[in-house]
Amino acid sequence: MKRGFTILAIVTGLLLSFALYEALIAAPTERTMGDVQRIFYYHVPSAWTAFLLFLINFVASVVYLIRRDSKSDIIALVSAEVGVVFCTVVLVTGPIWARPVWGIWWTWDLRLTLTLVLWLIYVSYLVLRRFSTSSQTAKLAAVLAVFGALDVPLVYFSIWFFRTQHPSPVIGNGGSLDPRMAQVLLINWAAFLCLAWLMSWTRFRLEVLKREVEEAQSLQSLLEPSR
Amino acid sequence: MSFLTITRATLAKDIRLEWRSKDAINAMLFFSLLVVVIFSFAFDPTAEESRRIAGGLIWVAFLFAAIVALNQTWARELRNQVLDAYRVSPAPANPLFLAKALGNFIFVIVLEALMTPLFVMFYKLRVLGAAWQLLPIAALGTWALVVNGTFFAAISIRTRAREIMLPLLLFPLSIPALLAMVNSTTAVLTGEESARFWIALLVAYDVVFTTVGLLLFETVLEAE
Repeated sequence: MKRGFTILAIVTGLLLSFALYEALIAAPTERTMGDVQRIFYYHVPSAWTAFLLFLINFVASVVYLIRRDSKSDIIALVSAEVGVVFCTVVLVTGPIWARPVWGIWWTWDLRLTLTLVLWLIYVSYLVLRRFSTSSQTAKLAAVLAVFGALDVPLVYFSIWFFRTQHPSPVIGNGGSLDPRMAQVLLINWAAFLCLAWLMSWTRFRLEVLKREVEEAQSLQSLLEPSR
Repeated sequence: MSFLTITRATLAKDIRLEWRSKDAINAMLFFSLLVVVIFSFAFDPTAEESRRIAGGLIWVAFLFAAIVALNQTWARELRNQVLDAYRVSPAPANPLFLAKALGNFIFVIVLEALMTPLFVMFYKLRVLGAAWQLLPIAALGTWALVVNGTFFAAISIRTRAREIMLPLLLFPLSIPALLAMVNSTTAVLTGEESARFWIALLVAYDVVFTTVGLLLFETVLEAE
């Protein structure tokens, strides 16, 4: 397990450096936007990674509600934490790109608003976990995660009713993304996925250790009550 | 005991408690009155403008005021370990949840009925669309707020800083409902577009979250 972790760390490091080179130097410069467009290689993979992690959070929460095992609870916690990190990257890189290209930092369009609301929902999930005094925080958090995930389609439809300014997805549905750019995008996504995996793994081990320590401590205080 | 008996008993108890103390309704009324006054100073709108912003103002005022009633829903049951008694009693959890949600629904509807004339007066409102549509919007919107609010109040009593926790959990999830309430109300007030899409969205929101609430409430009640 430790060996696998080291290998993953090395692979992530190499892949990230290669992706950085590809995104900043190798990828062709976009005709109208210029170099600003290169932030796309960070923005989009972060978004995909964040959404994937939120999906994992939902699945892990449902599994927890059915099976009540601490492993799926830790997976839910970790994926929400790392997901919020990547979602923050999306929300920061977006305006940096939008300012020179659209001339505005922010607009209440479908994808922007949806991402912001997702971020809010998962931050409130983390706040609940932090502030809970219940002995069964995992249960309450899993319930909130289910509510949050079910809210997403409703948020989507409610904002869909407004006009959409975000460039429509260039992947799939007949978009016109340069094949070289698509390649760079996928390399970056692979690198980001590895990074997310590495972060989640680290956080997972930390959380397992933390719970073991807490358990040992409470066991010890049971064994020697007169202190 | 049947589902209905428990629901009715709990609801009657809550209404009797509120009728005698009038804690929640008084606090909510005064709070939303303050919001009305402060907003009208802050914006000083003409009749035309106020028609556009009133939908937002009304619902924000009701949303904040409803937090008062929602917060005391379960907090009241913590005294004398009433909630523990509920937990060990053989009665199912769902009628309890439904009764609490219905109680909050009644409190907030009463608040809305009392405050709306004041809004109309202060903001010189005259409805240009189909005014009857405001009734289903108010009912569906209020249910959307209280069904999730009642549920999350049961979670927030399990945290530090209880009273602050409820809005932190409730507001992000209520965004689609709030968007629908505000936009449908504005659509009816200005009469420029149809409110039908937003009303359908409110129905969907209510159905989804009432169902999930009923499915998961027992889990939340069990969690100490």
